[in-house]
Amino acid sequence: MSPSLEAKFIQKEFHDPVTIQVLKDINFKINKGEFVSLTGKSGCGKSTLLYILSTMDTDYSGELFIDGISMHNKTENELARIRNEKIGFVFQFHYLLNEFSVLKNVMLPGLKLNKYTEEEIEHRALEKLKILGIENEALKLPNQLSGGQKQRVAIARSLINDPLIIMGDEPTGNLDKKNSVIVFDIFKELAHSLKQTLLIVTHDQEFANNCDRIIEMEDGKIISS
Amino acid sequence: MKINLGFEIAKSLLLARWKQTLVAAIGVTFSITMFITLLGFMNGLNELLDGLILNRTPHIRLYNEIKPSENQPINIGSDSLKEYNFIHSIKPNGGRLSIYNAIPIISKLKEDNNILGIAPKLSAQVFYNVGETDLNGVINGINVNDEQKLFAFDTYVTKGNCNDLNVVPNSIILGKGAADKMLTNIGDIIQVTTSKGERVKLKVIGFFQSGIQDIDKIQSYCSIETTQKLLGVTSNYITDIQIKLKDLTKAPKLAKYYSKLFQVEAIDIQTANAQFETGSSIRTLISYAVGITLLIVAGFGIYNILNMMIYEKMDSIAILKATGFSGKDVKGIFITIALSIGIFGGFFGLLFGFGLTSIIDQIPFNTPALPTIKTYPVSYNPFYYMIGGLFSIATTYLAGLFPAKKASKIDPVIIIRGK
Repeated sequence: MSPSLEAKFIQKEFHDPVTIQVLKDINFKINKGEFVSLTGKSGCGKSTLLYILSTMDTDYSGELFIDGISMHNKTENELARIRNEKIGFVFQFHYLLNEFSVLKNVMLPGLKLNKYTEEEIEHRALEKLKILGIENEALKLPNQLSGGQKQRVAIARSLINDPLIIMGDEPTGNLDKKNSVIVFDIFKELAHSLKQTLLIVTHDQEFANNCDRIIEMEDGKIISS
Repeated sequence: MKINLGFEIAKSLLLARWKQTLVAAIGVTFSITMFITLLGFMNGLNELLDGLILNRTPHIRLYNEIKPSENQPINIGSDSLKEYNFIHSIKPNGGRLSIYNAIPIISKLKEDNNILGIAPKLSAQVFYNVGETDLNGVINGINVNDEQKLFAFDTYVTKGNCNDLNVVPNSIILGKGAADKMLTNIGDIIQVTTSKGERVKLKVIGFFQSGIQDIDKIQSYCSIETTQKLLGVTSNYITDIQIKLKDLTKAPKLAKYYSKLFQVEAIDIQTANAQFETGSSIRTLISYAVGITLLIVAGFGIYNILNMMIYEKMDSIAILKATGFSGKDVKGIFITIALSIGIFGGFFGLLFGFGLTSIIDQIPFNTPALPTIKTYPVSYNPFYYMIGGLFSIATTYLAGLFPAKKASKIDPVIIIRGK
């Protein structure tokens, strides 16, 4: 079985104003069902790495495999399709569309994938909201929800297409202690009961320590994984 | 991506900023309204002015011209004799104005498929005698029925009934200008002197007003028979054969053909009235220029609003792209927004344009020069509505294209990491 995610010799440089190598020879694998945290100090390149792994940043050298398929030489459209189908995102900020109801926000990536009928997608979205305990808020608009609830909606949205891997960029960074714990418990629940693969970038040591595996970075290199 | 999904996202973005959207759509509506009104009005005027001359001008006129022969006998042998001819001021001999074999020519033309109708005419130079003074005049001998059919003669007869020409012997329809000078009323008898010096009495049965002062002062109409009597000629004496074609554009070609075939002079409408074509086309050009300017201004409005929308919705665009919408999808969404503004704005613009032209059509407009016109002239040519619709869609598409391209190129990483 091929790993969910594999990075081979990934390097990245920033050229402006002077050339700085931000990532040096990154090699690692994430297997299916793993709950991995990516930690390190500010500026160590962990977010940069995450965006390369997410296929959104294509300006790097080295090879990236998602589900055993190389991301090399893929067009923008193909990468968008891969993100849609295989990757779920949770960011520090919720990025919900205020014009749409909570339910519709969760449904959007599903509608884009167009694998199921609209009724099925709606049903699935409600299921995801139920897992996260916010099915009662389904018809509200995002700006009627609390910060913790919004982040849970964002997690539900990342789950809608049953992704291969969920990537998080400081998903608890904007939340208070109580909500952080709730979100962490949700991730843990997803990893253990649904065998969901997760890769979460965090600088919250407590959060990282509770994960199954920690990848630690320093100065653009992986120092332990 | 399902097209519906793009529509739905575009719709919600539009409705989220419905006031701005409305302003943009009103901009398009306004410019299309003005475009339609302007073109309708301008073209109504064009059609009126063209009609004034073109409708009353035959497409081809066959006539005989008195002119010296192009092959003078003296020239025939002078080249070989190596001599030079010093004869000046050569005059035509007493030729005739009437067309040879006019009646057979008319019956031949009636069989021609290109021809809509034929009206024979006979012009006579006369003087209208007003007491001691003589006024210059031209009496046109016409066949009232043909003239009415081809040139809408009756619409220019402002007083009296033109059909009386056929009924009342020695009757005349006087030009309004001439009648005013002569202080005549309907039923009066006037006296004219022909170019040969004969005096004839004619009964005024109507007035004629073309809207062109110079014509109204000089021209009058009688029946062909009366005019022939006036000139003392036989019933086959006809000076003009006026031809109306089914297709006006064929006139120059057919004029040449008839000229050769019947050995007469032939002039086509394009040659005779070249200035009207020019006037019409320049007026149309000006209306288009103004209309397009208005639309471009509206286009800038749409461009601005879309640009603002993109800055406001940066986050939404970033997350759409992160969750799998491609640049093409995002572009499609913003183009859809621009086009829907264009289509709605354009549709109402066409509607209001029609309304406004209809209102203008009702405004009274009386001028002594144009007796047949009671309200402002307006054209409802569907072609302009089509052009207006197409323009509204094209300009909004172009206005939307650049912001949409910009949106499609937004890098989600920069937006998301920037938070």
